[in-house]
Amino acid sequence: MDLSPDDVRDVLRVLDSSGLDELHLELEHLTLTVRREGASAWTVEQQVLRRPAVEGGGEPAVHVENRAPRAAVPDGLVAVHPPLLGTFYRAPKPGAPPFVDVGDRVDEETVVGIVETMKMMTPVHAGVRGTVVEFRTDNGQFAATDAVLLLLEPA
Amino acid sequence: MRIRRLLIANRGEIAARVIRTCARLGIESVLAASDADLDALPARLADRVVRLGPAPAAESYLDPAAVVRAAKAVEAGAVHPGYGFLSENPSLARACRDSGIVFVGPAPETLEAVGDKLRARSHALAAGLPVVPGGEAADLAGAQAVAAEVGYPLLVKAVGGGGGRGMKLVRSPDELPQTLDIAVSEAAAAFGDPRVYLERFVASGRHVEVQVLGDGARAVALGDRDCSVQRRYQKLFEEAPAPLLSERIRAEMAAAATTLATHLGYRGLGTVELLYDRERDTFHFLEMNARIQVEHPVTEMVTGIDLVAEQLAVAEGLALRMRQEDVALTGHAVECRINAEEWAHDFRPSPGRIERVVLPAGDGIRVDTHVQSGSVVPPYYDSLLAKLIVHGVDRADALARARAALDLLRIDGVPTTVPMHQALLADPEFAAGGVDTAFFERFLAIRRPDVVGVP
Repeated sequence: MDLSPDDVRDVLRVLDSSGLDELHLELEHLTLTVRREGASAWTVEQQVLRRPAVEGGGEPAVHVENRAPRAAVPDGLVAVHPPLLGTFYRAPKPGAPPFVDVGDRVDEETVVGIVETMKMMTPVHAGVRGTVVEFRTDNGQFAATDAVLLLLEPA
Repeated sequence: MRIRRLLIANRGEIAARVIRTCARLGIESVLAASDADLDALPARLADRVVRLGPAPAAESYLDPAAVVRAAKAVEAGAVHPGYGFLSENPSLARACRDSGIVFVGPAPETLEAVGDKLRARSHALAAGLPVVPGGEAADLAGAQAVAAEVGYPLLVKAVGGGGGRGMKLVRSPDELPQTLDIAVSEAAAAFGDPRVYLERFVASGRHVEVQVLGDGARAVALGDRDCSVQRRYQKLFEEAPAPLLSERIRAEMAAAATTLATHLGYRGLGTVELLYDRERDTFHFLEMNARIQVEHPVTEMVTGIDLVAEQLAVAEGLALRMRQEDVALTGHAVECRINAEEWAHDFRPSPGRIERVVLPAGDGIRVDTHVQSGSVVPPYYDSLLAKLIVHGVDRADALARARAALDLLRIDGVPTTVPMHQALLADPEFAAGGVDTAFFERFLAIRRPDVVGVP
């Protein structure tokens, strides 16, 4: 059984007329803690415990945390990491030429790509002056914050 | 047709919201979730969960074929598209129709009519609505002719744009040729449609919209909302009714909205977006949203109507269950959009794991959310975590209650925009009501957290 907001309101009405300041309820699929926070103010902590059975295959996926070790960066080269985790794009829009390519010279402020996170675009700056040596993340590929997007040879 | 099993082809708080109404109405809810959302709160709340596809939206929530496949696999009688994603996509509506599945939204022909800005504008004109002076410009000569009528400054807008994308300001005649060239090529690249049109620039406008519900023959207006507090055309705070409008303007707006809905033979829930010109005390039609919107709860709070239930009823083919005179508005409601963003760092998005969620509760307080303690906020979708909706006897009461409720709300683990809302609710200009769409940038310039030290 899940509790709807109306159910929770009913619980609060009962509690309002009682002297109780806190109620903790544990059901098979749910835990609920309501706490009085002042004259007529309450807070609710609700935890729906049921794990869904998924039809059509697939496993619940957690993509946010990526604890993979950083790929080795060859001596003398500098790795560019994404400023935020997200999807890496090498060009400003599909079909457009890439911001930079292997062999291009860049300085600290040169935009070498963009990362899309939660529908927001963040530019990726080279961070150092140098030459683009290699891309380690493909266009459109997801990248955690410790991923190596590309390698630069500092000038 | 009676809907007994509904496929919800969406995620986040709106999925949880639709599931709630299904549970109340005894409709079996089946959530179609991407791999990133299979263990999210909406999946735990739904009666059943079916896998839609991989995490990237293009391969799941934005794939009409995947949605229809999922609906057929579970033998759902109807598909609710929520907002965003495919909610206004005629091809999904048509694919549902071809498969004998009810699409909870307007007919594909209606979606096409209002989805194209120029067509929507011509429908609005035909229905007798005031539209912002302007017109289509096929080339520079055409643009100059339109500009001569509307005057400067003016906006060049991409027909395929929306949400503030594909819009350019032209301050003087000498700027027109170059801006037009850029606008046309950008529109072609970004939207696959090079068409642009010119519109008068309203210096001080408020974004006011009217919620409508139609059954194909008749339409009712369910009050208005003010959504002028925006950053980069993204709404942050909404309220109902829109404050500080004369009764005459309010009545004219409602009449305009129902006239357009009736003209279109509109069946479904929709919103007529209007631009209220503060200097001229007039309003113009902007566009029509043919879906449920993020801000729908403020209308629910002041009308007492479950908009999802009414949306499902008209989708089933039922006639409207209310007349215009049955719609009574009570008090004032406000909504704060709580996003996973750091406003102290230029609203940087902040996906991650949520440690703890504590929500305010009580009469007049509603929180629509898809997160609980331990939830993972994936980086693939938008940053909306929760909506705090508060209902008071009047606007001042609603704002006071919202301040108190915000102080009790805790979402730990990822930075959120709660501090921004606290600062907003403390702002005197905002508290006075009726701010225009330029207000929030002014507010940010003064109240930027790195300037005033708000954490």
